[in-house]
Amino acid sequence: MPEDLRTRSYPVGIAGVALEQLERNVADDEAPPLPPNARLSVIGQSTARLNGPAKVTGRATFTVDVKLPGMLHARMLRSVYPHARILSIDTGAAERQPGVRAIHVIEHPLGRAQELPGPGEPGDAHRRVRYVGDPIAALAAVTPKAAQAALERIVVDYQPLPFVIDLEDARRSDAPRVFDRPVRTEFFLGPAPQLPQHGNVHGPDTSASRGDAAAGLRAAELIVTGEFRTQVQTHCCLEPHALVADWRPEGLTVYISTQFTAGIREELAEAFGLPLNRVRVVVDAVGGGFGSKSRIGNYVLAAVELSRKAGAPVRLALDRHEEQIDSGNRPSTVQRIRLGARRDGTLTAVAIEAYGTAGVALGASVGNFAQSIYECAAFALEQSDVFTHAGPGCAMRAPGNVPGAFAYEQVIDELAERVGLDPLTLRERIDASPLRREQRRIGAERFGWSRRQPPGSSPGTLKRGLGMAQSHWPALIQINSSCEVRILRDGSVEVRSSVQDIGTGITTVLAQVVAEELGLSPQDIAVHIGDTDFPAGPPSYGSRTTASITPPARNAAYRALRLLMEVVAPSLGTTAERLIARGGRIGTLDASRSITFREAAAQLRNDQISAVASRSDDYGGFGRRMGDAAVGRMGLGGVQFAEVTVDTETGRVHVERVVAVHDCGRPMNPRQIESQVHGGILQGISYALFEERILDRHTGHMLNPNLEQYKILGARETPAIEVHVLENYQGNSATDAYGIAEPSIIATAPALANALYNAIGVRLRALPMTPAAVLTALGRVPCGSVPP
Amino acid sequence: MNGFEWMSPGSLEQAARAASATVATAMACRSGTPASDAAVLKAGGMDLLDLMKEGLLSPRRLINLRTLPGLDRIEPAGGGLRIGPNVTLAQLAADERLRTRWSALADSAGGAASPQIRQIATLAGNLLQRPRCWYFRSRAHHCVRKGGETCFAFAGENQYHAIFEHNGCAIVHPSTCATALVALGARLEITDRAGAKRTVSLEEFFLLPQADLQRENRLESGEIVTAIELPAQPASVRSVHLRYAQTESFDRPLAEVAVVLDLAEAVCRKAAIVLGACAPVPHRARAAEAALTGQRIDEALARAAAHAALQDAMPLSGNAYKVPIFTAVVRRAILAALVA
Ligand SMILES: Cc1cc2nc3c(=O)[nH]c(=O)nc-3n(C[C@H](O)[C@H](O)[C@H](O)COP(=O)(O)OP(=O)(O)OC[C@H]3O[C@@H](n4cnc5c(N)ncnc54)[C@H](O)[C@@H]3O)c2cc1C
Ligand code: SF4
Repeated sequence: MPEDLRTRSYPVGIAGVALEQLERNVADDEAPPLPPNARLSVIGQSTARLNGPAKVTGRATFTVDVKLPGMLHARMLRSVYPHARILSIDTGAAERQPGVRAIHVIEHPLGRAQELPGPGEPGDAHRRVRYVGDPIAALAAVTPKAAQAALERIVVDYQPLPFVIDLEDARRSDAPRVFDRPVRTEFFLGPAPQLPQHGNVHGPDTSASRGDAAAGLRAAELIVTGEFRTQVQTHCCLEPHALVADWRPEGLTVYISTQFTAGIREELAEAFGLPLNRVRVVVDAVGGGFGSKSRIGNYVLAAVELSRKAGAPVRLALDRHEEQIDSGNRPSTVQRIRLGARRDGTLTAVAIEAYGTAGVALGASVGNFAQSIYECAAFALEQSDVFTHAGPGCAMRAPGNVPGAFAYEQVIDELAERVGLDPLTLRERIDASPLRREQRRIGAERFGWSRRQPPGSSPGTLKRGLGMAQSHWPALIQINSSCEVRILRDGSVEVRSSVQDIGTGITTVLAQVVAEELGLSPQDIAVHIGDTDFPAGPPSYGSRTTASITPPARNAAYRALRLLMEVVAPSLGTTAERLIARGGRIGTLDASRSITFREAAAQLRNDQISAVASRSDDYGGFGRRMGDAAVGRMGLGGVQFAEVTVDTETGRVHVERVVAVHDCGRPMNPRQIESQVHGGILQGISYALFEERILDRHTGHMLNPNLEQYKILGARETPAIEVHVLENYQGNSATDAYGIAEPSIIATAPALANALYNAIGVRLRALPMTPAAVLTALGRVPCGSVPP
Repeated sequence: MNGFEWMSPGSLEQAARAASATVATAMACRSGTPASDAAVLKAGGMDLLDLMKEGLLSPRRLINLRTLPGLDRIEPAGGGLRIGPNVTLAQLAADERLRTRWSALADSAGGAASPQIRQIATLAGNLLQRPRCWYFRSRAHHCVRKGGETCFAFAGENQYHAIFEHNGCAIVHPSTCATALVALGARLEITDRAGAKRTVSLEEFFLLPQADLQRENRLESGEIVTAIELPAQPASVRSVHLRYAQTESFDRPLAEVAVVLDLAEAVCRKAAIVLGACAPVPHRARAAEAALTGQRIDEALARAAAHAALQDAMPLSGNAYKVPIFTAVVRRAILAALVA
């Protein structure tokens, strides 16, 4: 064994089911193994959010609250056509408007598929706008009103072009083209091979296939098929996308509502040719992101450009309409699934043909749900993106797996029915995950699964149904994640990292981790995050924040404490190795001698001691590594049970109760985890029943670009929710913690769909499951008229 | 939103004289850019501000009716009630007299919008709010109701549009309270610039598209609604308002029905049945009323009346699903009125 490795013993398994000890060789400077939560005093305890009071009293500072002296206000000019060539832009009148300080015309917009260089089309000298809301220009003025007034003076000469917004229309070979040339294939997680492109269809991507699906289907004793459709959902962050850009000769500072300060810094440095040490990105409170605030967009580049031109700070905040049409969305999908199975329910083959549209962007894949969740040697997946003249999609909470699970978990239920098995029994046979096995057991018991009646047997007009579905999500980790812990001479403690708290509560978790290590309480720890002047932290997407930043936080605390112990050991008449920190004191292992943490810190020679730690690899290794990110060896599970009532005369579906059983490695703060799961379930119900971007077929405009007409679940649609979280130890890092945000939304829509089927005996294969859709499925809508 | 002047009139007369246009006339234009010289009345401002923020209305001046004294009371009048125009939806929902004798109105007010909005929204403003048609609310769609050339709804996205009486324009009337008030036989007292008062039945006050494509009612500029009058209600009368929306939290209804029955035992002496969210005006279901009148009401009769109410429905390409919903809600409302 290399000298700097040490063999240590870690708890492994599910607490309450089977816990064993596992030996691992880990680096010597890693903090020692943590026992299960039951033996800890801060980690694993429900701790109230440290920034809760500031939020509920309105003291928290969101980016939209940032005001700098001399700050200008920017607005963006957007296309009113879904497809047009811009023949000319005249900004002269706008420039002469009072109060206008800078104008920027956008020539190379981001946030969409990028055409590969190649022979151009005639007329390509002009920029084309490709969706209603496509940004054209931006300007900054001394007041928002002056900016708006000037914006209306910019004269754009458009040559409208034919457009296509419907997914099926766009697939036809004679459909108007969104892009003339092939576009670069991009994957969120790294490089990808170039895919074919015919007309608006980019793909298929078959890289996830394995085995011989055709043979598997031939060998099947029965085949279950289904075609499923999911709609476009928008992120609906309560705080809009917003920033204040402050360009100065000495460097650029950007205050921005973001999920990834360090990433924004990198992107800005590259875009403006600045060294990293001249770019600073800062954020305090964030009002939601759900994937849409992960990267810089056109609005960010525009604000920075305007600040550079005007020599003053520039504020740009999108309004609700802009949020709805141009801040990303969850792409729509169409999925055709064929399952080959034996009579015992085991799978011989899975074949999925999927396509969907992220508008002018790529990314409508159905994720890794079907390819990962159940055992099947033969799996064929063909997925294609279809370009349409609509606003670009982007990552949204469990991208791909949410629409993927809606379809796949319904087909699995259909298979169960065909082979005469209870949905849980079938999953026992085909799901190898020990986590979900335990989750099904707990969930079924708490939910009362045994009450479930045969489909459609519920009497009367108000029918009751019970259903369940499962979740799968990869355990993602950002390896490039660092954290500093400082112990100051007055005994106070600081945690510093650029990681941001987008509302998920990492502030509180960091305080817990450091407090546990130092024997203090979370309130004693000042958490300074959301600033790239601190060591670079992970992004808050991909459910990876806690898994990425808590191990370095604990290791940094451990190392800082070692340094402190070295200093105070002589005064306690011992050596550092024989000291322990607990209950606000540092003392000998036998508790015979101790001093308070404060007294210890007072012995420091300098104002502070500090340690910086970075995320080590998982002790058991990673499944896969892609650049700064890695995938853990074990996925994250989750099982949800739903009880619904369906009014068969009005078509309304009401969710009465959801029982959710999840896992996220070592649970750090149960109350916050529960809150995340609530959020996932509520967003999942809203997706399943209400939300839908509606575009006008004749003009390409979004018709519900506000939070009144775009329907979202409210207080009265909120069911009783019961959350149960497993403690699943894997002995993989200094904290062994994983994420929960995305796993918690994946199973919700299919659980509702399965419950709805159980209630009415008819399956809904399209989202959202509106009254119109339910009534149509029940054959109650007269004269064959179908909702558009 | 444009800048505007704020005026707090000292009296009704001053307010009426200052008003240069109704909101409907201030919005109507050929070009798509509304005139910016109008002075319009403002009550709670819920609808007005929305229109202004969307750039659909750019008034020069807002005349605030909210501070005029005496307009926010519910008073007994000749066996009925006289409701001030500034009475809020929250007040209506909480009023004991309404809850016992005119419960359809209390139900409708209590179910509209959200608790926050009901605290601010006034009854007159509610009756006079502009339609929610999403083309109407979009600056990019200059439709006939705003003075343009086309109605986008017939060939477009019309899942929330009218299934009755959509002649040239397929809005559904936006006011929940209007559905109940028409069924209850309410009248409006309207005062003009000269201080002259007239009263008009609410049912006749509203206009169908064939009568006027650009306004939903007969209010003229300079006129102020000064009272909403509810006629006396014999003790034998029962009324309900049922509302059915996709989400129960502050969503616009997909269907609403007000039923007012004068009952002797279960025999119906007189019935008023009005459907909301289905036509450009509150839609009186006369065939359903006739089916009930003089009959003993039971489940089967209620079902027959509901079918009669929907007989003439003419759903558009995307809203036929509203027919079964209304059929159910009408039947349920009749049966609910029996036991109200
Ligand atoms: C999210 C949401 C949900 C909603 N849901 C519903 C619903 O379910 N049902 C429903 O009915 N409504 C609903 N509304 C609409 C809301 O109830 C109305 O906007 C509100 O009642 C308008 O009243 P106001 O006092 O604010 O009117 P204002 O906006 O002040 O005025 C509206 C109109 O009335 C005119 N006016 C007001 N008072 C007088 C007067 N005394 N004489 C002459 N003219 C006058 C004004 O000039 C203006 O044209 C909803 C609104 C929102 C935002
Ligand atoms: S229904 Fe009426 S308001 Fe809507 S687009 Fe047509 S004309 Fe305009």
